Amino acid sequence: MARAITPQKKVMWTALAWAFGLLMFFPILWTFLTSFKTEAAAISDPPVWLFFDWTLENYAAVQERSNYPKALMNSIIIAVGSTLLGILIAVPAAWAMAFVPGRKTKDILLWMLSTKMLPAVGVLYPLVLLAKWLGVMDSRILLIVVLMLINLPIIVWMLYTYFREIPGEILEAARMDGAGLRSEIIYVLTPMALPGIASTVLLNIILAWNEAFWTILLTTVNAAPLTAFIASFSAPEGLFYAKLSAASMMAIAPILIMGWFSQKQLVRGLTFGAVK
Amino acid sequence: MATAHSKSAARFMIAPAVFVLLVWMLIPLCMTLYFSFADYRPMRGVFEAWIGFDNYARFFSSSSFIKSLVTTLWMVGSILLITITGGVMMALLLDKPMFGQGIVRILVIAPFFVMPTVSALVWKNMFFNVDNGLFSYAYKFFGLQPYDFLSQAPLFSIIIIVAWQWLPFATLILLTAVQSLDSEQLEAAEMDGAPALARFRFIILPHLSRAITVVILIQTIFLLSIFAEIFVTTNGAFGTRTLTYLVYQRVLESQNIGLGSAGGIVAVILANIIAIFLMRIVGKNLDN
Amino acid sequence: MKLKQILLTSAVGFGLSASIAAADAHGTTITIATVNNGDMIRMQGLTEDFNAKHPGINVEWVTLEENVLRQNLTTDISTGGGAYDVMTIGTYEVPIWANNGWLVSLNEGMADDYNKDDLLPAIAGGLTVDGELYASPFYGESSMVMYRTDLMEKAGLEMPDAPTWTFIREAAAAMTDRANDINGICARGKAGWGENGAFLTAMSNSFGARWFDEDWNAQFDSPEWADTLSFYLDMMNESGPAGAANNGFNENLTLFQQGKCGMWIDATVAASFVTGADSTVADKVGFALAPDNGLGKRGNWLWAWSLAIPSSSEKQDAAKTFISWATGPAYAELVAGNEGWANVPPGTRTSLYENADYLAAAPFAKMTLESILAADPTNPTVKPVPYTGVQFVAIPEFAGIANQVGQQFSDALAGNQTAEQALANAQELTTEEMEAAGY
Repeated sequence: MARAITPQKKVMWTALAWAFGLLMFFPILWTFLTSFKTEAAAISDPPVWLFFDWTLENYAAVQERSNYPKALMNSIIIAVGSTLLGILIAVPAAWAMAFVPGRKTKDILLWMLSTKMLPAVGVLYPLVLLAKWLGVMDSRILLIVVLMLINLPIIVWMLYTYFREIPGEILEAARMDGAGLRSEIIYVLTPMALPGIASTVLLNIILAWNEAFWTILLTTVNAAPLTAFIASFSAPEGLFYAKLSAASMMAIAPILIMGWFSQKQLVRGLTFGAVK
Repeated sequence: MATAHSKSAARFMIAPAVFVLLVWMLIPLCMTLYFSFADYRPMRGVFEAWIGFDNYARFFSSSSFIKSLVTTLWMVGSILLITITGGVMMALLLDKPMFGQGIVRILVIAPFFVMPTVSALVWKNMFFNVDNGLFSYAYKFFGLQPYDFLSQAPLFSIIIIVAWQWLPFATLILLTAVQSLDSEQLEAAEMDGAPALARFRFIILPHLSRAITVVILIQTIFLLSIFAEIFVTTNGAFGTRTLTYLVYQRVLESQNIGLGSAGGIVAVILANIIAIFLMRIVGKNLDN
Repeated sequence: MKLKQILLTSAVGFGLSASIAAADAHGTTITIATVNNGDMIRMQGLTEDFNAKHPGINVEWVTLEENVLRQNLTTDISTGGGAYDVMTIGTYEVPIWANNGWLVSLNEGMADDYNKDDLLPAIAGGLTVDGELYASPFYGESSMVMYRTDLMEKAGLEMPDAPTWTFIREAAAAMTDRANDINGICARGKAGWGENGAFLTAMSNSFGARWFDEDWNAQFDSPEWADTLSFYLDMMNESGPAGAANNGFNENLTLFQQGKCGMWIDATVAASFVTGADSTVADKVGFALAPDNGLGKRGNWLWAWSLAIPSSSEKQDAAKTFISWATGPAYAELVAGNEGWANVPPGTRTSLYENADYLAAAPFAKMTLESILAADPTNPTVKPVPYTGVQFVAIPEFAGIANQVGQQFSDALAGNQTAEQALANAQELTTEEMEAAGY
């Protein structure tokens, strides 16, 4: 920091930022607290904040009623699988667009983005019929492919903007040294693009993890991920706030933790070419 | 600079992505197009392959169509407005020197990781609920009559939920842009006695413009297809039916696949019009 | 087929095909889709008993919230089925799906002790098409009035066994105590054909209204509907809870259990919840028949959550074995042994209502049975109608139409439009939809 910051100012900014931060985080915090209350305490008037009998009974109840490990495993496989598959297809495409741009490159890129606007429910019946014909309903592979297709445009675009930041001279120098296309990608390009690829992967895991239309409608038992798990707790008979909170925490905790550990990467990498 | 060899290699590398997306676009879309001209009502066991433009005529003439269009625009527009103004302020704030910057950042971006179904459920039951929601306790605490958000201000409630989810995303992108701001230029302006508002208007905002267009584009793509938040909170009641939701009702609740498919095609066309419009703006930015 | 091969081969190529779950090597596995209501969750909890009796059959549960479940089941069945072996559906779906040939008849192949003749005729009738039973009722319900005996006494009133709407409205006003957060009347207001649609349709029957005349013309412009809706709105505005337009079955249940409702008109199945452990008012609840208006029809409905087998299932025998277990006479004793008689799924079998243990444990049994017997699906309202169904119209278009009509009523309850506007809109959209459906 070149400028001298007065301590008062720093304290002021700190207070303001923390106030906003806690405000944004509050719904999650409240869900977290509620998940440890009894059902009666969860709706007590006035609300109880910290001083209640902390209990794990909700987590036990949720655990007993559904197969959480299986849903979690499905979520992980589907989110990671679709992201990796997407990266595999998108890296070459984005590389080519960034370094060998043709007249049509921009049009192709924009067209790809426009496929993202396909409203899901409009193509529900065609897709279900297709999946049944192929015999892949309720399989993870189906969801991996569908979610990959949904997010591919975003992946291509993000990678494209990262690749464009890489100076072309370096590539030309590599080429002069006789590097082939393959080694050019592996030894020169990839290390430079790695931060960009990493944040693309992160963002897409989040998007795939949270997708709640196809993951519910295309699955029953074998491939049902956490979104379907939540759908069995959303409005049962009787008091359910505490159990719903516990189930919610179980559904979002893995991705929340992943997000927190990688937030630096996300903050640095999520530019979409917004920063020149 | 590019040789003929690398050009063909490039085409070869773009091909898989283009191919899978084409297949994705064409097969379901063509089937939807086909259904949209058919009288397809599985619950009745009806399937007549060609009924002309009847479905389209019905979809357009239905009184819910225009309403849903207006609702969609309101919803997307308001959310964009909130997330962008909020995002700019949040990004500027997070860039200031402070204690525990990392933790505050984590707190702010956390909502982005929450799945839409969960956040809608949590907001609906634990905040908006007029009997047992936190907002009602707050109202009562101040001696006020609890306010029933979901029926009195349904659109607003949904906007709040979705904006809460997307504000972190806008903040993240804008923050990267703020961090790349030339601090010397700002300091010089400060030395020259330019007031804070002028510094914001003439230095910061122009610098952020590109990031803002990116946020608008990405968010619009996602916001046009909002579904879970409406499904969970109001189920389309109280005038919260967006175009996407209307198509959902036609397809799944009324079990009229033909009519729903026509609606789906209309939604694709409208979304593409918006997309082309947005991309003109962003496309310009991509050139620079 | 080429495309199929390419897709599948490429899947193998990516090394991901291993993730497709392998079928269980031993025995048959059946997939059961059910709604996350208390009785079904209990059934899921008792799976071990089924496994012990039928070791050759594995059971996979798909337990979902009602709206999500319905959306998944309809999508599956209307595209040829195949995902489930047992589906939990209601009285509305059964005849429609059976007519489409989507369900398997349960007349044959059920366990020896299943005893079809023991099913309550009113309930079984709604699940039977052309003499074939297409779904086995898991629990049956009508609607009735549940009220707080202490508050009724405090208001100086006495609830008759068969109250009128006028009495209910007056009693609601007398019981309401806003300062202590007590609402005289709780009733469904949440939009949806199975939520306020069910309540208002059943209520309208007692006001002499009907959905359609004999020629399938929508009847929302009739004075009977105007009376129904304005009575409902006035009563709810005077004595209902603040967020009534968002309250469905579950929200009202929570309110009642918290002691915030004087009366609650809803499903008879709620009786065991309001007198159960979660309830703060368990010992102060009385029951009465759903109200009437002296026109000879009461505002009570008829519904049964039932288990059915889609024709597409390849494991119909195992599915029948499961349904025989879950809806057979022995299941009641199983639940009674584990959770007490009051928690047995009600409203499906005559024998249950002749069981002294059950009658002793369930103070609501008599009223439940009477309410179920009082409902007449073939003749739901005062005037003749071309349809069957008490709180619904058994045609495929009904769910879509009634969801939208329910939204109009909900909007009126929230004060966003008047009763006249709501009915005019309902009339317009119903006419529009029915014309399109070719009536």
